[in-house]
Amino acid sequence: MTESTTAVVTESILTVSDLSASIDGQQVIESVSFEMLPVGVTALLGRNGVGKTSTLRAILGLIERSGEVTVAGERVDREPTHRIVQRGVGYVPEDREVFASLTVAENLRLAERDSSPNRALVAELFPDLTDRAGQLAGTLSGGQQQMVSLARALVNNNQVLLVDEPTKGLAPLIVMDVARALERAAETVPVLLVEQNLQVVRMLAKKAIVLEGGRVVYDGSAEELLGNEALTKELLGVA
Amino acid sequence: MSTIVLLLITGLGLGALYFLVASGLSLIYGLMGVLNFAHGSFLTLGAFAGWELARRMGGESWGTLIASLLLGMVVGALVAAATEFLLIRRLYNRHIEQVLVTVGLALATVALFDGIWGTDPIYVTAPPWLSHTTEILGARVPNDRFLLIGAAVLVLLGIVAFLRYTRFGLVIRAGVENRSMVTALGIDVRKAFTVVFAIGGAAAGLGGVLASHYFGYVSPQLGGSLLIFAFIVTVIGGLGSLAGAAIASVAVAILQQFANYFLGGTGDLMVVLLLAVVLLVRPTGILGKKA
Ligand SMILES: Nc1ncnc2c1ncn2[C@@H]1O[C@H](COP(=O)(O)OP(=O)(O)OP(=O)(O)O)[C@@H](O)[C@H]1O
Ligand SMILES: [Mg+2]
Repeated sequence: MTESTTAVVTESILTVSDLSASIDGQQVIESVSFEMLPVGVTALLGRNGVGKTSTLRAILGLIERSGEVTVAGERVDREPTHRIVQRGVGYVPEDREVFASLTVAENLRLAERDSSPNRALVAELFPDLTDRAGQLAGTLSGGQQQMVSLARALVNNNQVLLVDEPTKGLAPLIVMDVARALERAAETVPVLLVEQNLQVVRMLAKKAIVLEGGRVVYDGSAEELLGNEALTKELLGVA
Repeated sequence: MSTIVLLLITGLGLGALYFLVASGLSLIYGLMGVLNFAHGSFLTLGAFAGWELARRMGGESWGTLIASLLLGMVVGALVAAATEFLLIRRLYNRHIEQVLVTVGLALATVALFDGIWGTDPIYVTAPPWLSHTTEILGARVPNDRFLLIGAAVLVLLGIVAFLRYTRFGLVIRAGVENRSMVTALGIDVRKAFTVVFAIGGAAAGLGGVLASHYFGYVSPQLGGSLLIFAFIVTVIGGLGSLAGAAIASVAVAILQQFANYFLGGTGDLMVVLLLAVVLLVRPTGILGKKA
């Protein structure tokens, strides 16, 4: 246990170098390179359409990509998506992508990869889902669907989580629920978090990477970025 | 009254055949987006396999009939799984190539069957009970209809149970809805592809043996002629929907029977008109998901 903890601290769990990707032949990110913090939350930021989602999808091999991606020191950029995920990469996609025609319980069962899934953690973080186990996921509210999507990632013992705009379109109260769930998750697994809500970023992230036009334009402390109003406005278009 | 009963039950029997072909087509399209034009060949091969067995074992016994139905299923499943594994797997998301390969395979296999078994229909023998009739509400209904309907109901229940209660079934249902998210959960969805082809092939192979008893013969053209209606049924029912395929199979076959009898043999024309109406009013089919 001690040994693996040391290993996690000494080498980055996820590194991306010179990653480019295209959708239908159109380049959407260009030569993106960064490293995640080995613990806690690393934020991936940028205005709308700069390529945040594409970066996550390229890491997972969901879109055509070139360049190098390593997970726990091993190259994964030639592997198909399911193999990369099996290495312990949990994914919470933008817009949740729950299976609407499956029940909540079926969504979770489908996601369980480990022989000892963290059902207790999921039940503790999202008690609502236990009550709604038999409900079709398509009939849940947006917030509840987000819980399902997060739970699908948290139910496994992952090495890293890729989480894409988990608070998008949610009511303020639920935003805080989601943020707390992420905070809790980040205690045990490093998280790469795409997030537009800067309050959430402030609360969770230590490091920030900012993209612009498919390239990295900032890579450093989240606190410094968000503490500098002019820089924040320039890079993210908001204060 | 007796005519209507006869037409209804015959329509149900024919609908059962359509369903056995359409169920596989619909599942395969729903999960993989593949229009499998070679599906009729699975059926034809199943029919010939059943006939080869029956001719060796003596076609009049029930044991032979059951064995030939099982053999048709196994042959259909194996050939379909091999087709997926060797040909289609390389071509996912390349729809033009898929069409070319499956159409090519359909043409090549029909030519192959011609070479092996000849182009003439081969008449099949069955347990005598199947060619007898049973009186229902005054109609003398040929017994083979009941076999067809029973088999299709069993297949429908079997597929539904498989989809609902097994892990593969869960993966398939999820994959029909959002394939890339299934892979993003760490699941090798290609295994499910092979399984779906095998299930579709088994249903088609079974349908082949049953079709040979319904029509009374086997021929290399058997699959192709049923495939056209099965495709129509699949589109009307909604591509990817098993329940839609079941409903549309029955509706199309009954419409066909009634139009043939009451409207001077215009059954096929009516089916095409129904297809046109459904496509205009509800392009996704009866139970298809919205694009
Ligand atoms: N399916 C697609 N087809 C064509 N272009 C796409 C597709 N998806 C994304 N793009 C383009 O790729 C670029 C990056 O998109 P991406 O979704 O990665 O941005 P993002 O940073 O996640 O944006 P947002 O903040 O709005 O979620 C955009 O210019 C977008 O128009
Ligand atoms: Mg995005």
